Amino acid sequence: MVKEIERAGFPVVHVCTVTPISLTVGANRIVPAVAIPHPLGNPGLERDEEVKLRRHIVETALAALQTEVDDQTIFEVK
Amino acid sequence: MAKYKIVHYINQFFGQVGGEEKADIPPEKREGKVGPGLAFTKALGDECEITSTIICGDSYFGENMEEATATILEWVKEEDPDLFIAGPAFNAGRYGVACGSIASSVKNELGIPVISGMYIENPGADMYKSDVLIVETGNSAAAMRKAVPVMAKLALKILHGEEIGSAKAEGYIPQGVRKNYFAEERGAKRAVDMIIKKLAGDEFETEYPMPIFDHVDPAPALKDLAHANIAIVTSGGIVPKGNPDHIESSSASHYGEYNISGIDDLDSTNFETAHGGHDPVYANEDPDRVIPVDILRQMEKEGKIGKLNDYYYTTVGNGTAVASAKKFAEEIAQKLKDQNVDAVILTST
Amino acid sequence: MKLQLGYIDINDIKFDKNPRIENGVLYVDPDALVASVLQDELIKDAHFEIAKPGESIRITPVKDVIQPRVKVEGPGGVFPGMVAKETTVGSGVTHVLRGMAVVTAGRIVGFQEGIIDMSGPGADYTPFSKLNNLVLVIEPQENFKQHEYEHAARMAGFKIACEIAELARELSPDETETFESPTIKESFENFPGLPRVGYVQMLQSQGLLHDTYVYGVDAKRIVPTIISPTETMDGAIVSGNCVSACDKNTTYHHQNNPVVAELFKEHGKTINFVGQIITNENVYLADKIRSSDWSAKLAEYLSLDGAIISQEGFGNPDTDLIMNCTKIEDKGIKTVIITDEYAGQDGKSQSLADADPKANACVTGGNANEVIHLPKMDKVIGTLDYVDTIAGGHQGSLQADGSIIAELQVITGATNEMGFNKLSAR
Repeated sequence: MVKEIERAGFPVVHVCTVTPISLTVGANRIVPAVAIPHPLGNPGLERDEEVKLRRHIVETALAALQTEVDDQTIFEVK
Repeated sequence: MAKYKIVHYINQFFGQVGGEEKADIPPEKREGKVGPGLAFTKALGDECEITSTIICGDSYFGENMEEATATILEWVKEEDPDLFIAGPAFNAGRYGVACGSIASSVKNELGIPVISGMYIENPGADMYKSDVLIVETGNSAAAMRKAVPVMAKLALKILHGEEIGSAKAEGYIPQGVRKNYFAEERGAKRAVDMIIKKLAGDEFETEYPMPIFDHVDPAPALKDLAHANIAIVTSGGIVPKGNPDHIESSSASHYGEYNISGIDDLDSTNFETAHGGHDPVYANEDPDRVIPVDILRQMEKEGKIGKLNDYYYTTVGNGTAVASAKKFAEEIAQKLKDQNVDAVILTST
Repeated sequence: MKLQLGYIDINDIKFDKNPRIENGVLYVDPDALVASVLQDELIKDAHFEIAKPGESIRITPVKDVIQPRVKVEGPGGVFPGMVAKETTVGSGVTHVLRGMAVVTAGRIVGFQEGIIDMSGPGADYTPFSKLNNLVLVIEPQENFKQHEYEHAARMAGFKIACEIAELARELSPDETETFESPTIKESFENFPGLPRVGYVQMLQSQGLLHDTYVYGVDAKRIVPTIISPTETMDGAIVSGNCVSACDKNTTYHHQNNPVVAELFKEHGKTINFVGQIITNENVYLADKIRSSDWSAKLAEYLSLDGAIISQEGFGNPDTDLIMNCTKIEDKGIKTVIITDEYAGQDGKSQSLADADPKANACVTGGNANEVIHLPKMDKVIGTLDYVDTIAGGHQGSLQADGSIIAELQVITGATNEMGFNKLSAR
């Protein structure tokens, strides 16, 4: 899916846990997520902490969208 | 016992009408065998008979596909054969495409079994191999003598209703279509046999050759985030509560398009997951864990992003065929264009 | 470790007030068994039904399939850490009720329980159509939590299987078979000329409703380890699993692991079967990396020449499979992988979510997306209410005439990735 949307000309950031699959299927901007059942959350955290974590991942994703890349790139959430 | 009836399709050259100068002749039907039909009759033996031969100019077929197909289908229907043989076309491009096209129509519209033969690089082979059994031949008519026995053997198997073996065993071009069958031995035994061969350095045949995934050049980066319209697409199966469009929990056959304008936060009362691949509890408790509507809405209000697109798109990645996913994505991409989306966040579970 | 299995053949099951096994017939008292199941307060109601090969019966939604076994000699008991104490099993003598199974069915746990047809085209795809099945149909209390109910249903099945197996404790088996797994030292001494082959078994461990238990330990909390194949014959590994019915390993599969059986058949002849490594399929990437590193490390530690790797489930576990395969190949150990395919209903899509050229020896259990038509059966054990929502079903799968059009995914055990079946794809 990532590939087809990108083929249409949109920059796409793929937020996903299993980055090896993302690399195999050909996403170009990849942001590692937390876990498969909850990619942008962590039920183990307090609500405030969890929202902060999610915001952080989203900010990383938006930064990835604003970055020119030549090749498949993983943007680690810092 | 009645003989099996076969209809044979060939071009103007093999029909002995003429060469390129006769490539524009419309289809004609002749009683009995013509040209390569002689060799087939011999190879197929007494139980088969080529009852008629259809000859059509390659250019004519290519330029009048619909009309030619309709005419030929009518003739084949009248004859009601047990099998339809097209070619072999070797490396003749237009002839190959004609063979593949007419064989595919006969098979799909009349339900009559078909076979053809082509050189592997014939464009017709690539176009029709998934639909039609195409025996791999040499690249010129000189290979007729080799091609006919292979095609005849396959033809007899089809006529007798026997199980068709692998592409390698039967000599046809691999179809690229996965079809289930019951093997002689169970999988664990096949695995042990395979490791024994692999360890001994003997030849072994994998049951699934690894695919090669193609890649797309990265799209240019987003320039102006503060005025950008950002859309969410997900394969995590987040849907409005109750799953109104019945997105399947696995092997999704369609995707959902839902309006989230005016929604600041997803929670267990308004959204849920349709995904069947993993523990759904966390996503159901707070669907923002899969699609971060809460954060993007916040950032929209803060002016960090221009806008969160009014619609998001969702499907279930779990067990969903790559071809379906591709089709969904193409349709979604068009909708995103229509809605002036600038960039996409795609989340997967 | 040496284990003798004594097979007691069960050719029929009958309800009777006097539970016993006589002339190949298992007699059970349903009332007594129901009373036993209802001891768990989460279960509101339960009843038993019998389904025999060839009958016009559809069982759905199927949760687990369990073979009754009882430990008659040696340490520990069957299903250690679940029913019996955690004591290490895998040696001595175990009696096996061959030709039958306990099937747990009833109201659904997740999306993903399956169908067993006892006759018709669907029966060809599931190994359990060939068994005499004692089906336990469970009705949970209202307002249950999914994972609590999953636990209750799982435990009820094991408990019933153990109670029935007790009937075979004193019987003399119709046939016996002995399996011995060597120590590392013995493995070098026994067959020095033969290639050393191991088995790497991947266990589904993706979440609350997708779990496997090893001696009672949730497999997502293990690091890969070495287990004796005879331990698995005593129920050391059990299913707690609700992934797509076609490629989840039921407890029956673990008890009768076909890879183990086929490796033992060649052991000492063409190969030296050295041992079994178990690993998991977790949802965190860090776990995937760690576990595949460890399985490769253990394969190297056992000085393997070759390894068979079996998968469970599909989707992101395809990555675990490919990581295990490539990392073990990188150690110079040759691999064969067993998986199944999701190539679309037309068979034209890529079959796996991940791939690597090093995975050049692959056995497939078939394309789970292929569509099948299951005719109406005279009797349904359980309920057809969930046919449209189980994985592989779709809105409208259940036809007005009671037949079902769905993907092969819905059939329990159809595309098993331990290679339990003859099904393949090409």
